[in-house]
Amino acid sequence: MYSEKVMDHFTNPRNMGEIENASGVGTVGNAKCGDIMRIYFDIDENQIIRDVKFKTFGCGAAVATSSMATELVKGKSIYEALEVTNKAVMEALDGLPPVKVHCSLLAEEAIHAALWDYCEKNGIKIEGLSKPKNDISEGEEEEEY
Amino acid sequence: MEEKKFIYLDHAATTAARPEVVEAMLPYFTEKFGNPSSVYTFSQQNKAVITQCRDVIANSLNAKSNEIYFTAGGSESDNWALKATAEAYASKGKHIITTKIEHHAILHTAQYLEQRGFEVTYLDVDENGLVKLDQLKAAIRPDTILISVMFANNEIGTIEPIKEIGEIAHEHGIIFHTDAVQAYGQVPIDVDEYHIDMLSASGHKLNGPKGIGFLYIRTGLKLRSFIHGGAQERSRRAGTENVTGIVGLAKAVEIAFATMEERTKKETAMRDHLIDRLLAEVPYARLNGHRTKRLPNNVNISFQFIEGESMLIMLDMKGICASSGSACTSGSLDPSHVLLAIGLPHEIAHGSLRMTLGEENTMEEMDYVADQIKEIVTKLRAMSPLYEDFVKKNK
Repeated sequence: MYSEKVMDHFTNPRNMGEIENASGVGTVGNAKCGDIMRIYFDIDENQIIRDVKFKTFGCGAAVATSSMATELVKGKSIYEALEVTNKAVMEALDGLPPVKVHCSLLAEEAIHAALWDYCEKNGIKIEGLSKPKNDISEGEEEEEY
Repeated sequence: MEEKKFIYLDHAATTAARPEVVEAMLPYFTEKFGNPSSVYTFSQQNKAVITQCRDVIANSLNAKSNEIYFTAGGSESDNWALKATAEAYASKGKHIITTKIEHHAILHTAQYLEQRGFEVTYLDVDENGLVKLDQLKAAIRPDTILISVMFANNEIGTIEPIKEIGEIAHEHGIIFHTDAVQAYGQVPIDVDEYHIDMLSASGHKLNGPKGIGFLYIRTGLKLRSFIHGGAQERSRRAGTENVTGIVGLAKAVEIAFATMEERTKKETAMRDHLIDRLLAEVPYARLNGHRTKRLPNNVNISFQFIEGESMLIMLDMKGICASSGSACTSGSLDPSHVLLAIGLPHEIAHGSLRMTLGEENTMEEMDYVADQIKEIVTKLRAMSPLYEDFVKKNK
């Protein structure tokens, strides 16, 4: 069902983890749909993404697209990172099953959300970058059992 | 290098046909190929064989032979039971009662009937997946023609109070159908004692072949033909009989009932061991379904903060076949309707894992599986933003 690249990124995810005091953090998706992605950026004074980490709750494709997305933006400027589309993520993974395309969209949104967070903290305005629409806080309250 | 394991824990999805079953079927593909409807002796022998097979199945349920109708499987039996009853009894009433946790073969058929003017009440279940008898009684109306409640649930393994439901249906003169696809061959069923009027079952869930099942229909019920075009199955289900399938099904039933006590005892012990280990050793895990009113081979556990499909892929890499109620395995955005019906929040439903055991499994395998699950859950939680938030919140 998945390409070898997807399986590789799922079983050996790149850049998995978190960054303390990150320059920008974006969380998208919601637990209701079964996918949550969080991306952390460490961005230097030249607006270059020095480091990137992710955490993902979701299926194999969700983990793989997060992993690939972090690979594609690492070392890039924030403007270049903004250009990384879900299509680019999918192509880099040698494709996704049709029902999993939304995972790649989520990865693109996660990058945008983390960039938005960085820009907002630093008073930067970028054409075409808007406030992320997927807000995890919309999800239900965490329930204990 | 360690030999690649193969541990099959998805017996609720399907099972392997027993060698005895295949052996019994083989002659009917080749030398005994006759059409049972033909007049000559060569074919009439096959007609006699079908009668014998029907007897085997009738005996397993304390039913009469002429109450067993062969079908292509559980989904067909469910479709037939609902659609044909609705049609035959529409003049008496247009109300049907079923539950929220039925298989889609029932739920989607019920929705189909709703579009055609029938009213359907979908009963809630409690946190263990049990139908509430009070709610059932309250749902009954003068125009209720059918109650359909599954014998045991395919996802969480809960065994419903079928006898009590049957009694309630009987007292009110309402036809009672049960989808016993998962329960048949796993628990004893007596259609008279339980007041069951119709029952669906399938061959491949009890080590029989795929593509064969049956519908039990109590004598005296008005029921329309499901397939027109021949006199087979008392003209109610036309088409040349699936002789090989029928022979295989009967052989599987014969063995399943002869071995039931011993087999389910072994499965129950493995089931309980796996459940006990996982609940004791993996934090933030919960058992779905009733702890004791449960199919002998069903384990269904939710692991909080992680998603089911990821677990399945990692288990597959360890040679373990299981299933999940996560949305990603259903092709929709919603997790299993059964897990939502027992009150699980979405994110916990997404993290469910179903393992259904078979007699060929071993205790050693249960330990291996428990060990692997522990590792996989730890690995996936380290990746999960939900777990990160939970840990930070509880610092």
